[in-house]
This record gives sequence, C-alpha cells and structure tokens, in this order.
Amino acid sequence: MPSTPTAEPYKRESPFMNPERILEINDLRTRFHIAEGTVYAVNGVSFHLNHGETIAVVGESGCGKSVTMMSIMRLIPIPPGEIASGEVLYDGHDLLKITESEMEHLRGKDIAMIFQDPMTALNPVLTIGRQLAEPLRIHLGLDREKIRERSIELLEQVGIADPAQRLGEYPHQFSGGMRQRAMIAMSLACSPSILIADEPTTALDVTIQAQIVELVQRIRQQVNMSVIWITHDLGVVAEMAERVIVMYAGFIVEEAGVDNLYEDPRHPYTQALLAALPRVDKRRDKRLQSIPGAPPNLLVAPKGCPFVQRCQFAFDHCREEMPPLISVGLNHQAACWLDVTSGETR
Amino acid sequence: MESTPAQPAAGTPAGVAQLLPDELETPPLSLGQLTWRRFRRHRMAIFGSITLVFMVLYAFGGMLFFSEADANRTDTGARLQAPTREHPFGTDTIGRDILARTIYGGQISLLIGLTAMLVEVLIGVGIGASAGYFGGKLDSLLMRLTEAMLIIPQIFLLLVIAKYFAQSIPNLKIMGRTFSGSVLVIIFVIGITSWPYLARIVRAQFLSVKENDFILAARATGTSTRDIIFRHILPNSIAPIIVAATLGVAAAITLEAYISFLGLGVRPPTATWGNMLEGAYNYVESAWWLWFFPGMLIALTVLSINFLGDGLRDALDPHSRAV
Repeated sequence: MPSTPTAEPYKRESPFMNPERILEINDLRTRFHIAEGTVYAVNGVSFHLNHGETIAVVGESGCGKSVTMMSIMRLIPIPPGEIASGEVLYDGHDLLKITESEMEHLRGKDIAMIFQDPMTALNPVLTIGRQLAEPLRIHLGLDREKIRERSIELLEQVGIADPAQRLGEYPHQFSGGMRQRAMIAMSLACSPSILIADEPTTALDVTIQAQIVELVQRIRQQVNMSVIWITHDLGVVAEMAERVIVMYAGFIVEEAGVDNLYEDPRHPYTQALLAALPRVDKRRDKRLQSIPGAPPNLLVAPKGCPFVQRCQFAFDHCREEMPPLISVGLNHQAACWLDVTSGETR
Repeated sequence: MESTPAQPAAGTPAGVAQLLPDELETPPLSLGQLTWRRFRRHRMAIFGSITLVFMVLYAFGGMLFFSEADANRTDTGARLQAPTREHPFGTDTIGRDILARTIYGGQISLLIGLTAMLVEVLIGVGIGASAGYFGGKLDSLLMRLTEAMLIIPQIFLLLVIAKYFAQSIPNLKIMGRTFSGSVLVIIFVIGITSWPYLARIVRAQFLSVKENDFILAARATGTSTRDIIFRHILPNSIAPIIVAATLGVAAAITLEAYISFLGLGVRPPTATWGNMLEGAYNYVESAWWLWFFPGMLIALTVLSINFLGDGLRDALDPHSRAV
C-alpha cells in the first residue's frame, strides 16, 4: 500500500474487497471496561454480506449480536466500550478508521438500522413527520415540499393508511406495529444499501411479526438492499434469510446457508439450539429440550471453546484452544474440533 | 370531558360504561391539550396567572396615565404625604408620587425578573447540557464549578459583584427613555449567580434522557451531536426547565429587591419596587405607605409567579394522573 497520505478522506486507503461483497467484517473484537472488570462481548468475529443478500444472525441473549452490529455502526459508547481490533470494510474503506463526521454521513444514508422496541425508539415529543424528515433533511438536503412528498410516499410504502394525516401525529397515537412500520420508513428514507434489523419483531405479536417480515422482504426486493437480520426466532430466519450466522458468547460458531443449517447443523451448539425448538409435527406430551448449564461469564477472558461447559462432546483440546471456523461443506463453516457427523477430531 | 355523562339507556345493565358516539370519534388529546387541562384545574395557578396579567397591565398600562416625568418629579413641598385624592399612594421622602413610581418601577422589576431569568437559563442550560451530554472530565469540571458556586451564599456573592460593578456603567438611552446602567449590572449579576440549581436540573435530565433508545435510533440515522442535543434531548427535558425558569423570575425579582433595599441595586433616577423600599425602613411606623405599596406589589407578584410555577410543575408532569 502506498504510504503517501492524501487529503481526501475517502481515498485514504482502499483495502481489497471482493466485488460481490458489500460489507466485510474481519476479526472484530469489542470489549467493555466496567467496574467489575472487562466484558469480552465480541471476540474476533469475521463475516461478510453480499450485495442484495439477507443474512440472519442468531444466538441467545447476550451472545454479542447487538454489540457486533453497534460496533459496525460505531454506536458503542466509548468509554466504557472499546473496539480492540478489527476491520469493517464498506465501499472500499474501513468504517472503524474514518472520522466521526464521515461516519455520521454514512449512518442512515448507506447503512440504516431498526431497533427491537418500537415503543421506545421513537422520540415521544416529535411528530412522526418531523422524525421522518430528519434523515431526508440531513442526508439529502431536500426542501420542505419535497420532504413532505417523500414522507407521504414512504409511509405509503410501509403500509400506513392515510399518510398525510399521520405525519402530524405523535408516536403515542400509533400502535406498536405501526410504530415499527414508521421506524422502517425512517430507515428506508435515504434508500440505504444495507439495513441492519436488530430484533425488529421481538416486541411485536405474531401476526404483526409476519407482516413486518413480509414488508422488509418486499422492500428489499424493490430497492435491492442487503439485510442483516438479528433475531433469536429461528422461525423468522427460515422464512427470510439466505445465510445464517450462529453466535455464542461473542464468537461465530457456525455459518451456513439456511437449508444446510436446518438440515445438517455441524456445531453442537446449533444442534442443541435446533433441538430445543418446539415442533408442530412432533409429540407434544414431552417437555421441550433445553441446553444444560448457562452461557459463560463474559467477564473472564475467553480461553478455549466458549461452549465447552455445556457441550456433550467436549474433550481436552476444546478447553485449551478455540477452534477456528472450519469449512465443512459448500458455504458451510463450523467452529468445532470435532466433526459431529463422523465423530472424527480435527 | 365537557359533556355530562349520558344517562344509561333504558335496558342496559347499571355500571356498564356508556360511550357517546361523539366521545368515540374525538381524536386523542395532544400533549399540549393534556397539559392545559391539568393546568386549568390548578386553582392557585389560575389565580397566579390572572394576577400576573393584572401586574403587567398595571406596570405597562399605567404609562398611559402617568409619564416618566411624573414618576421622577420631586416636590419638596409635598414630602411624605399620606395617600390623598391627588396622590392615591402618597408621596415619598422627596415628594415623588408613589403611584407613578410603582408603575415605572414595576416595569423595571418585571423586566429584571425576566431578563435575569433568561441569562440564568442560558448559562444553566449551557453548562448543565454539556456536563450531562458529554460526561467524563468535562462533567466533573463543570459540576465542581457548579458546586463551588453553590457553597458561596448567593446574597453575599451578589453584594460583592454588585458593589464591584456599581456605577461603572453609564446611563443608557433606550427608546427615548433613560435607564440607569445599574439595571444591566443587576440583571447580569443575578443571572450569573442563579444558574447552578438550573444547571444541576438540566444535567440530571440530560443524563436520563440521553440513555433512551430513541437517542440511539436518532444517532443511527446520522443525526449530528448538535441536533441530538437541541432537537431530541432538550425538548424532552423542557418541562423542569420551564418550571425552574418560572420560579427563577420570582427569585430574581426578590433578589433585585434585596440588593436595592441594601442600596447596591438599581440607582436613581430609575425606580424599581426594590429601591423604593430603600430608606422606607426609617418610616416603618410613621409613613406606612412608603413600604406598603411597593412591598405588596413585590409580594403579590412573587407569590403569583410561584403559584404559576407550581401549576406548571403539576401540569407538565406526564406522570401526573390528574386530568
């Protein structure tokens, strides 16, 4: 790489990226330094997102899904947070290295995010119209007339009836599902190329969940957007994702195409997770299976495989060294020292 | 609701709520409407507001009947006259008409109250917001400064600063009227000694509001720090600021009266309710009208503003269930 520094901020460096990929994360590590010690929240996560693709990130609460996404968006409060290492490559630059004001230009315009709880993610004292206008004003610099036109169009797009009237209303006049629709409208305002959805359906009831999933699917196809969908609902994953990333205690433990993952899970954690799902076609008089034990304490620096205490196949090597992601098939990787189908160790 | 509840229609079981078609179609009340409904029920606040309107009418409407020259004309032949038809509020030690002086003094007192409050809000919100939003070292620095201000008795600080700046500013001519430069000094002095409480309120508000999800969501749409502070956090913190500012007006009027009473406040010829009391204490028994009228006006105004502040506090509190 040439060492001559240039003045233009966006051309400072151009790390190589596969042209199919829109986002590439390499070895991301995020920690939080709190009074009790250091929380190892994300421990060397690497994955990528292709143009127009939907990936799902699954895992139980506290496994680092949200922190990973917040690190990508640089929304981690620093301090106490710290992004210890890693690269987030987007459009030829590393998002962890650009300035805060460059990042502000990117947020909401190129990469948008929707949040879990639509009840708290909208400002209660501003009308929906004013909140919708914000990204349009900041990123596109539209005038009032244009903003109004576009806002009405956006609300229509997300299926809110009577949009002109609704623009003047406050969040408390919207139902939960409608608020999430309004949030989605806000995130779509500037036609971002990546949408990060952080458990957007968790706080909603099942029928509304289905509508929201369908809505995002439809819009994704219309505007050719890539989506990262964080969830712990494996049903939603099957419905919309092409590729799934399974996270556990700040590590990616398995990554596979959605069909592969459901039919042939290769990591003991994924297997246990899938076994714990209630099934319509199975007997219902048995108790649901659960994974014994609890996730590891993130305050302890990780050593070895994080799943070792709960894993029925664990052996000595697991305690010593964290396995890397090992290719186990076409577009299928698992981080396990054991080939769970053949029983061979690696 | 204004409408009286409908009598249950014949045949419906007792105790079942009846909704009129009208009620079903009424749009939900906005935040402003709810606030107004709660405020309206606060009797003392309504009393305070009405009294304040009268005070403003008195101080500014009075200009139509008395000129400033009337307020400042001395008549040594008519010193210390008890209220008569000619001088309804009596005359002071050098024969000036007290009624005219309370009118012009009222203008200055009210203006000092309002502008000193503005100075206080500007400094208090600025310091409180920066401390609460940015946190860390800046927060520690600003809060230690605030605490340093708080441990010095305000009246002492006021007197020292007022004495230091006294008479250093020449008289001002604004819109054809002459004001003593000391008015500006007093506004400034009250403003810069009153902000610490407000700064702490604002800081506390910012600390709690900035943790909300909608602030994160706003950041995720690329909102700049400036917009986060002024368009998102400040509007959500406005209720306690309004209340503190309202009470700040009352405090500023009282403080002006204090320092003027002690002879360090606004200088003659400009009258204020406060400096009309100066010297009146020599005549507490012999000439009661000297202190009674300006004193009453101060007390009534301060009381009304405090009632208004109380009413606003209840009305603006979204957790208040009173409707």
